[in-house]
Amino acid sequence: MGDIVIRIVDLKKSFENQKVLDGINLEIERGKITVIIGKSGSGKSVLLKHIIGLMKPDSGEIWVDGKEITRLKESELNEVRTSFGMLFQEAALFDSMSIWENVAFPLLERTKMKKEEIKRIVDERLEEVGLLEHGDKLPSEVSGGMKKRAGLARALVLDPPIVLFDEPTSALDPVMALTISDLIRETQRKLKKTYVVISHDIIGMFRIADRVAMLSGGKIIAYGTPEEIASSKDPEVLEFLEASRIKEIGGQDEKK
Amino acid sequence: MILYSISGLLRRFLVELGLAGLMLFESIILAFRRPFKFDYIVKQMEFVGVKSLPVVFLTGTFTGMVLALQTYYGFRKFGAEGLIGVTVALSMTRELGPVLTGLMVAGRAGSAMAAEIGTMRVTEQIDALVVMALNPIKYLVVPRVVASFFMLPILTIISDFLGILGGYLIAVKLLDVNEGAFLNRIYKYLEFQDIYVGLIKAACFGVIFAIVSCYKGFYTRGGAEGVGRSTTQAVVVSCVTILVADYVLTSLLF
Repeated sequence: MGDIVIRIVDLKKSFENQKVLDGINLEIERGKITVIIGKSGSGKSVLLKHIIGLMKPDSGEIWVDGKEITRLKESELNEVRTSFGMLFQEAALFDSMSIWENVAFPLLERTKMKKEEIKRIVDERLEEVGLLEHGDKLPSEVSGGMKKRAGLARALVLDPPIVLFDEPTSALDPVMALTISDLIRETQRKLKKTYVVISHDIIGMFRIADRVAMLSGGKIIAYGTPEEIASSKDPEVLEFLEASRIKEIGGQDEKK
Repeated sequence: MILYSISGLLRRFLVELGLAGLMLFESIILAFRRPFKFDYIVKQMEFVGVKSLPVVFLTGTFTGMVLALQTYYGFRKFGAEGLIGVTVALSMTRELGPVLTGLMVAGRAGSAMAAEIGTMRVTEQIDALVVMALNPIKYLVVPRVVASFFMLPILTIISDFLGILGGYLIAVKLLDVNEGAFLNRIYKYLEFQDIYVGLIKAACFGVIFAIVSCYKGFYTRGGAEGVGRSTTQAVVVSCVTILVADYVLTSLLF
């Protein structure tokens, strides 16, 4: 095992008698793409929201860079959050601002950079995701794929060491889903940051993952490299893989 | 069973009151703490103040006009037409100016606040702010509360003035009430206190509707339907609270 950046220990959370997370144990390695796969309603989003402190667990611990975050005060949590960027499911762009302003927003509010410097960085980020010429449009005027790309640019603009992705390819057409997952892959290779992705899109995510964790019944039922998961004999994992016919894809990957 | 549901309602009411109170408390503290978001406040002032002008213009003028008409009908019976002016002026400045402005702006700007913040909640834009380590109360609630606090008294002054003007037009120009008597009595009996206490009420109404609307928006749940629900509740609760607070404030201030 490599260098661990996020360590989740026996995390539990219920909503009105329904156990959503029932003892999650997971270690996320630095500088890798870890994909947490699970069915809809398996508590993936809830898990992600715990990692960034948007939700508090009933019990359990989350260690980020050697700091336990579940019992921190809001001001201390904000310290921890400076090392995170996040791409939300529907991108969550501020719809009163243009795409360009959205990407510039974290720089404007969180740094003391000069205008020219902000312009240079934002232009560079937008270029990276291929949105430079659409910067002055409002989020309501662009497609879902463009919103996701703008959201990615915004999540990366402060160079955070950890980036979280909430269903980055859901609600997109297959081609755009591929573009987004390639973009995730590319930026990670370039920046060498820790990426945590939650998704139910097994096929798309196996292409980019360094590590895969499978979430089911509120527990992590399998963890390993995509190849290890694809060749797993665990019946629950098999069921999930069958449903997505991942075996063939996994097989191809191994032959490469 | 009935007792049980009443106690449940009461509990929910107290919880909501507590949460809204906390939000107000936090907003007041944050309003005096750097960084001041002047650009956000100015933008909200334009929205709450400038864009409410047509509504306030119409309600103020017509309220003054109808007041003159109604008091004329009553006062004529004992030959007191000369008192119409001061009656309209006192009614407008002490009561109708601030309350009607509060209600109209709560309907117009409060619903928009709840809908906007509610949409930001259900589309995770508020979470996005939190993840950026930025306080959503500072960015979303404080500018709206501060803007409403300053703009409502200004709108009320306009409403007061237009109401008296409307009353003057109806009484003097249409119903042939003596112009000297109309204006003189206003000079003589309308005191400065009548005006500024009305303005204090208006400022309070501004804070009330802004915090209620922001609160309702902020705790929205359940997609588009939830936003609709929050918006309706924001207007209803704002208006009821303004009317209740009006009685309390009036009994305390006068």
